[in-house]
Amino acid sequence: MSTLSLAVRDSSTMLRRNLLHARRYPSMTLNLLLTPVMLLLLFVYVFGDTMSAGLGGGTPDRDVYIAYVVPGLLLMTIGSTTIGTAVSVATDMTEGIVARFRTMAIHRGSVIIGHVLGSVLQCIASVVFVGAIAVAIGFRSTDATVLEWLAAFGLLVLFSLALTWLAVGMGLVSPNAEGASNNAMPLILLPLLSSAFVPLDAMPGWFRPVAEYQPFTPAIETLRGLLLGTEIGHDGWLALAWCLGLVVLGYLWSRATFNRDPR
Amino acid sequence: MTTTTDTPAIAATGLRKSYGDKTVLDGIDLHVPEGTVFALLGPNGAGKTTAVKILSTLITADAGAIRVAGHDPATHADAVRAAIGVTGQFSAVDNLITGEENMLLMADLHHLPRREGRRATAELLARFDLTDAAARPAATYSGGMRRRLDIAMTLVGSPRIIFLDEPTTGLDPRSRHNMWQIIRELLTDGVTVFLTTQYLEEADELADRIAVLHGGRIAAHGTAAELKRLVPGGHVRLRFEDPGAYERAAGALRETVRDDQALTLQIPSDGTQRELRAILDWLDAADVHADTLTVHTPDLDDVFFALTATPEHSENPEKSGKSANFDKSEETVR
Repeated sequence: MSTLSLAVRDSSTMLRRNLLHARRYPSMTLNLLLTPVMLLLLFVYVFGDTMSAGLGGGTPDRDVYIAYVVPGLLLMTIGSTTIGTAVSVATDMTEGIVARFRTMAIHRGSVIIGHVLGSVLQCIASVVFVGAIAVAIGFRSTDATVLEWLAAFGLLVLFSLALTWLAVGMGLVSPNAEGASNNAMPLILLPLLSSAFVPLDAMPGWFRPVAEYQPFTPAIETLRGLLLGTEIGHDGWLALAWCLGLVVLGYLWSRATFNRDPR
Repeated sequence: MTTTTDTPAIAATGLRKSYGDKTVLDGIDLHVPEGTVFALLGPNGAGKTTAVKILSTLITADAGAIRVAGHDPATHADAVRAAIGVTGQFSAVDNLITGEENMLLMADLHHLPRREGRRATAELLARFDLTDAAARPAATYSGGMRRRLDIAMTLVGSPRIIFLDEPTTGLDPRSRHNMWQIIRELLTDGVTVFLTTQYLEEADELADRIAVLHGGRIAAHGTAAELKRLVPGGHVRLRFEDPGAYERAAGALRETVRDDQALTLQIPSDGTQRELRAILDWLDAADVHADTLTVHTPDLDDVFFALTATPEHSENPEKSGKSANFDKSEETVR
């Protein structure tokens, strides 16, 4: 069997294993979905009037704020889901089964690739779930063409892949599930420091560059542009660069960590 | 030593491994002919698991020439992996999925066709008495069941060399005997078994050849019988409650080893019925009446304790050496 077909076959076996885990134990995935869903409802129904007044120059309009906050929350959903990835990778590494995999004549990276693919699929499912809630409470894309919808979907997948590789690396260096969950905290904290909830120009000047150039803000602005027709500008390229950079970084980091002699 | 014509399943010379400045394996040699059971025996922390990890490609050695199934684990890890099956010290099952799913996972990773994978799964689950538990998550299994599942998973793909790292540690006596039976059955298939254990009885029961690992070195190796010859022969031990009787007996008998504190006398003996009768006659003739008489034949415990006694232990002769384990290996006659 060629290296490639071995990789494909073993990785899909490992993917099946991960999906089985996710299906059998959905509680963690659902717990992680709680944060973005609660924030969505909180910001729309509790803070919505105030937030939209600040946004639209005085007149409270909840629908305006729904439109504003949903793109950020979709990306936050991805961050939240990948915390689960870090935890499940860390847990997996403490189990004897991975030691067994390492002594088998299988594609070396398949364990990790299985986790990555499983995580991306879970991210997409989570985004669809949160997106459906958003639509149910009134979110509508104003002017997106089919091409823009595709681009938006591509961005979500790419962003999922980027955060997933990062989370896999975090999971691999964590000694246990608790450690992984702590290490992966930035994945859900970063969106709070982005343009997800309030525009950058509403932030204090010294803080603005931090919020502007972290990975979430360009991705949020790009998604907003694609779905709502706001201006994307250089954020598109920035988002793409962040995603690709994180994929490469996370991949190299994970590979190096996984290939070390086990503890 | 005895086998030079067979291709060894496992051969290693000068195997070394250290973590930081702690040397775990300090140049060990191993030679395991095909189709035999080899036991690596040693106390906790002797380096047994490290040796298994190196031979099974899990970690790399610092130095040493190694061949497993004719391949070097360092340079041809996948060739080695294709020939081996490993059951580690800590259960290597996926606890989140069922026993059957674990088996099918192994079948998939061995690239067995679906139908054959299902057949092998059903067969092995039945063989290891797990058919009834097949649909339950492995997390709900008892220790013995999990070990059986572990070994069943190792057998998917029919490995020629099987590593079992402390397969019975933590099992109750019944499960341990079941496990021994399972290991014996493996041999009828002609596979080579590399076993580590801290139980001498286990090595004695199962292994063709035994190496005693102590402090990162092989302290001794050979068959169980060869090892037993390394320690002084058996004896009959007489124990007295009354110091006066003890003194009288010690005066009346020759060729005995005295232990004044424990009030015991040791008379060399090979433990045969004939010699035992001769000793009893002799005791009667000397009018010696011991409170208990026990027969002690040398076993691997003696070898083990003699070889692995560390200096700080041997300061106290009562606690070291073979005397430490009398209760287990003696049979009380009266």
